[in-house]
This record gives sequence, structure tokens and C-alpha cells, in this order.
Amino acid sequence: MFTAIQIFLLAVVIFAISRVYLRLKEGVITSRMAFFWFLIWIAALVGVTLPATTTRIAEFFGVGRGVDIIVYISLALLFYLVFRIYVMIEDLRHQITYLIREIGLSGSSKIRKNRKRSKK
Amino acid sequence: MPVTKEVKVVIVVPAFNESSVIYNVLKSIPKKIKGTSLVDVVVVNDGSSDNTQSEVRRAGIPVINHVINRGLGAAIRTGIEYARKKKAAIMVTFDGDGQHDPSDIEKIIRPVFQKKADLVIGSRFKKSKNVPLDRFFLNWFANVVTFLFYGVVTTDSQSGLRAFSKKALNLIDFKGERMDFSSEILLEAKKNKLKIAEVPIRAIYTEYSRKKGQKNLNAIPTFSRFLVRLLR
Repeated sequence: MFTAIQIFLLAVVIFAISRVYLRLKEGVITSRMAFFWFLIWIAALVGVTLPATTTRIAEFFGVGRGVDIIVYISLALLFYLVFRIYVMIEDLRHQITYLIREIGLSGSSKIRKNRKRSKK
Repeated sequence: MPVTKEVKVVIVVPAFNESSVIYNVLKSIPKKIKGTSLVDVVVVNDGSSDNTQSEVRRAGIPVINHVINRGLGAAIRTGIEYARKKKAAIMVTFDGDGQHDPSDIEKIIRPVFQKKADLVIGSRFKKSKNVPLDRFFLNWFANVVTFLFYGVVTTDSQSGLRAFSKKALNLIDFKGERMDFSSEILLEAKKNKLKIAEVPIRAIYTEYSRKKGQKNLNAIPTFSRFLVRLLR
């Protein structure tokens, strides 16, 4: 039988998997990205339904409890994801700047052309 | 210096909310510089929310508008693109807050003319005595970081008064959009084996220019952005 926390976590994981599937179907995320997230959530599903597996993994890595290994892995993963998001935001920033620059430069050349025309 | 027909100088003035001083700054920039055939001054208005744009137009200077603020590095980069399009032989960057002495422009383009340098940095710390203490230490930190990460020795990595040769304009390609671009320019120059020179300049520290210049606390996000770019 599942405990209350397991049922709650199972619901969260199933909801997350359904979201990944829907976003993949909509074409919002690539199949590579979907594969990564499916992997993460299926690992979570295994961890929730069979907690003994996490204990075994923890023992393998020399960590005391199964929960501890989940926390450590999650933290490392979160830090990595935050870094990726930071890089992505930086890329977006550069793209916005590129657009702003192009608009600015084309605007200045238009003004010059208009000035030349009005002089003629 | 002999006057050659082709020597066109583009002076780029980045400006962000400088309406109270920009008119006088632009009027103080010389229209003719010894040894050049044409001086083309352009203002990159970096999303100002005040009357900077109308003040620039009142001074009769063309303006390139960034519709939203993108930072000093982005404004300088826009100036570089403009200078490339205009086929400038030399590009000068000149702060819009009145911190620079217009007579220094001739001094910093001289090494480019004489083919002694491709990138000239106007150093406020080479001779100056009236540098505020906080600026001195902040700049010292930036110089140390520039040396440790890029291996470039400089006395003023953050200076706003610079001169670029045509070669430097074509080769320097930086990503920094805020204050972090200053050190990146030096790295690009080093990577492309460009000759770098430093010329002492006079910095005019007024209450206004100090308020408008680089904020001391900005050093932290600028440094972290610099690290992320290095590690990505």
C-alpha cells in the first residue's frame, strides 16, 4: 500500500509527465528535451513507488539514506538548470539587442535619406 | 600630419538620460581634427526617457536610437556597426556625460595615424592626480581582473575614451552589453594581435559625471556576468 506522501508525489509526477507529453505534442519542446524530462520524471516515479531502490543507490554511493541521495542529485541538477537558464536568458538578451541595433541603424539611414531628399 | 582625403573619423557618443549636459558636450567636440578629412559625430541614444534625443537634434548631430535601454557595451557596438557602414578610418568613443576633455581626442587618435596602435585607450590614471579614491580602487580591481583572465596589462580598462583603427573596427567582436564589454575589447584586441597603446588623458570629475558613471556596486553583477560568459 502507498502512504499519503507517496500518493501525493505520484500525482505530481504523473501530472508533470502529462505536461511533458502535451508540450511535445504541441511542438513547444524538442524530442531531445522531452526525452530528458521523461527520464527525470520516470526516475522520480521509480523513486516514489519503490523507495528501496533509492536506498540501494545511496548505499552504492556511500550516502546514508535514500532521501539524501535524491536531495543531492536534485540540488546538482537544479544548479545546472539554473545555469542553463541564465545562459539562455543571456542569449535572448543578445538577440533583443541585435534587433534594437538593426532598428536603430535602419532608422538613422532612413532619416539621412529623407534629409537628402528634402534638400533636393 | 598630412591631410589625406580618405581619413574619416567617426566619433561615437553613447548617451543614456544625458539631457542636461549632452548639448554642451556635443558642441565642445571639434568639427575638424588635424590630419583628418571628415569628422562624423553620432550619438547612440540608448533608450533615454528624458529629452536627450531632442537635445542631440538641437545640437544638429545625427542620432541612432535604441528604442529600449541595452547598456553601454551595446551602444558602443552599435557605434562600431555605424562606423563600419560609414567606412571610417578611425572610430573614437567619447562619453556623453562631460567626463572627457575634447582636446584629448586628437591625442588618442595620433598613435592610430602614426600606425603605432590599432586600439588606443585614454588612461585617466596614468597621470591624473584628482581621481576619487573609490574610483581608483574599483578601477584597480577591474585592471587586475583584466590581467588575470585576459592577460592584458592596462592602467584604465574601463576608460570611455578610446580610438579604434579600421583594422580594429573590423576585427573586434565583443558580446558584453554593459560595463563588462570594456575588458572584452582588450581581450579581442589581444586575440587578434592588434597593437594596443595607452595615452594619458584628463578626466573631468564633476558631481554629475560621478553620479552618471559606473556605480561602485555595479562591479558585482558586472563581474558575475563576466564569469558566466567565461564559463558558458
